[in-house]
Amino acid sequence: MTKKEKLVNLLRQDARLSNEQLAAMLDTSADDVAAMIAELEKSGMIIGYTAIINEEEFDRNSVCAFIEVRVSPEIQCGYDDVAAVIAQYDEVSSVYLMSGGYDLAVTIKGTNLRDVAMFVTDRLAPLGGVLSTTTHFILHRYKEKDKMFLKNTDERSLVSP
Amino acid sequence: MDYENILSRKVQDLQFSGIRKFFDIAASYDDVISLSVGEPDFKTPWAIRKEAIRVLEKGRTNYTANAGLANLRVAINDYINDRIHVSYDPLHEILVTVGGSEAIDLAVRALVDTGDEVLIPQPSFVCYGPIVTLANGTPVAIETSVENGFKLTAEALRAHITPKTKALVLPYPNNPTGAVMRRADLEAIAEVLRDTDIIVISDEIYSELTYGDEEHCSIVDIDGMKERTVLINGFSKAFSMTGWRLGFAAAPAPIVTQMLKIHQYGIMCSPTMSQYAAVVALKECKKDIEYMRNEYDMRRRLIVKGFNEMGLDCFEPEGAFYIFPSIKKTGLTSQEFCEQLIEKHRVAVVPGDAFGKCGEGYIRVSYAYSLQHIKTALERIRLFLEDLGVL
Repeated sequence: MTKKEKLVNLLRQDARLSNEQLAAMLDTSADDVAAMIAELEKSGMIIGYTAIINEEEFDRNSVCAFIEVRVSPEIQCGYDDVAAVIAQYDEVSSVYLMSGGYDLAVTIKGTNLRDVAMFVTDRLAPLGGVLSTTTHFILHRYKEKDKMFLKNTDERSLVSP
Repeated sequence: MDYENILSRKVQDLQFSGIRKFFDIAASYDDVISLSVGEPDFKTPWAIRKEAIRVLEKGRTNYTANAGLANLRVAINDYINDRIHVSYDPLHEILVTVGGSEAIDLAVRALVDTGDEVLIPQPSFVCYGPIVTLANGTPVAIETSVENGFKLTAEALRAHITPKTKALVLPYPNNPTGAVMRRADLEAIAEVLRDTDIIVISDEIYSELTYGDEEHCSIVDIDGMKERTVLINGFSKAFSMTGWRLGFAAAPAPIVTQMLKIHQYGIMCSPTMSQYAAVVALKECKKDIEYMRNEYDMRRRLIVKGFNEMGLDCFEPEGAFYIFPSIKKTGLTSQEFCEQLIEKHRVAVVPGDAFGKCGEGYIRVSYAYSLQHIKTALERIRLFLEDLGVL
């Protein structure tokens, strides 16, 4: 693994490690780390940093849904135009083009159930090119971005030989 | 009943290990962040678990040969050959044991008669002394120090050899210090031992966790040493298989034959499912080992830097997954430091004196934890040091 790949893996695990800490782990200087990160950002490999929030704890009324969207692709630009329109809404947290039985996988977040339902019926379904939508509400989260929501998964004893 | 008069005096006089005692203290608090475990945080690689499931489904749950499955012993020999460039006769010189611990016990019992002395470099893992005592031998500690990188030196070894010396335990890469013996260090030890009848019990359970460009070197790879060494290793640390209880010993046939007798009467054979799974571990999991070693290595650098920045001088460990920083500047004993740290800031580390008298003034800190866990623990330790007024 190259130093750059190691750096990316560490940032995936914990983006709040300081450049000094990263440098210690990668056996290099903090300046070198800063330069590598700048390059990764500039080239678009790193597009941002964010916290993984336990939404259920943060706002008990919030609702997230996963929506399967079937789309009729445009002749000139395939799925990209429709996807771009959907992606610009603030409620939408991710949009993926999928293989299989539907085309776009869209996750959205609303402050309550009605918000989400209205978003689908008022904004998403009427969009040109959208053939159908199937909405699945997320009931509970177990793991996101490699992090477990379950507490105390370490079954080792506190002290051992 | 008067159990005190019934039970063996020798066993009653044996103390529980300092690690065990500290576990009892740690268990009495809530919200403890532990840096105290001696086992990997990675799950056993899936290929290994899958093989154990397959074997269970097939109902392969009988005893194996006393010395272990023949193809496992062949695989162990291939592995030894690959890693340390030495070959054994798989059928007569390799014994599959219940963890490295059983192999240590067998080696000591096969070698030691009443009054024989066994040399034990310290600080080191807690089991060697008691095992020697139970075999009616006399454990003789050889203290190592940070000045020599906690390595065993030829001078220290020579100074402790007597006509009664039967064996030398060589516990490297070392728990708790993280010290390793490089080829040149081992050459010097071999020089002292070559003209003696002293047998080396080389506990290399952490061999796969050796950091830096230089690969792990075993004393059996030094001229004239294979014939006087019991090589011990196992699956717990390298393959993250602690609960599977599987290790092995490789030694000249006359030694293995005697060890096999004790193993046969006391144990019968190592767990069958674990043995089948271990074959897969040896043949298919080199990549997993490398991945885990790389992760440990990065954590090692992070935690060493963290302790040095807090002014707790930390010898640079080159093996295992522990650091052994000095806490002398706090003015506390190891026990006091650990008890106050857990009481006031809920972080569990192990007092250095649990690993021998010369471990006083140090603590053992494990980095077999996630980065986030390590960072949080370091922050709490920093607060503790500020409370103590040393930071």
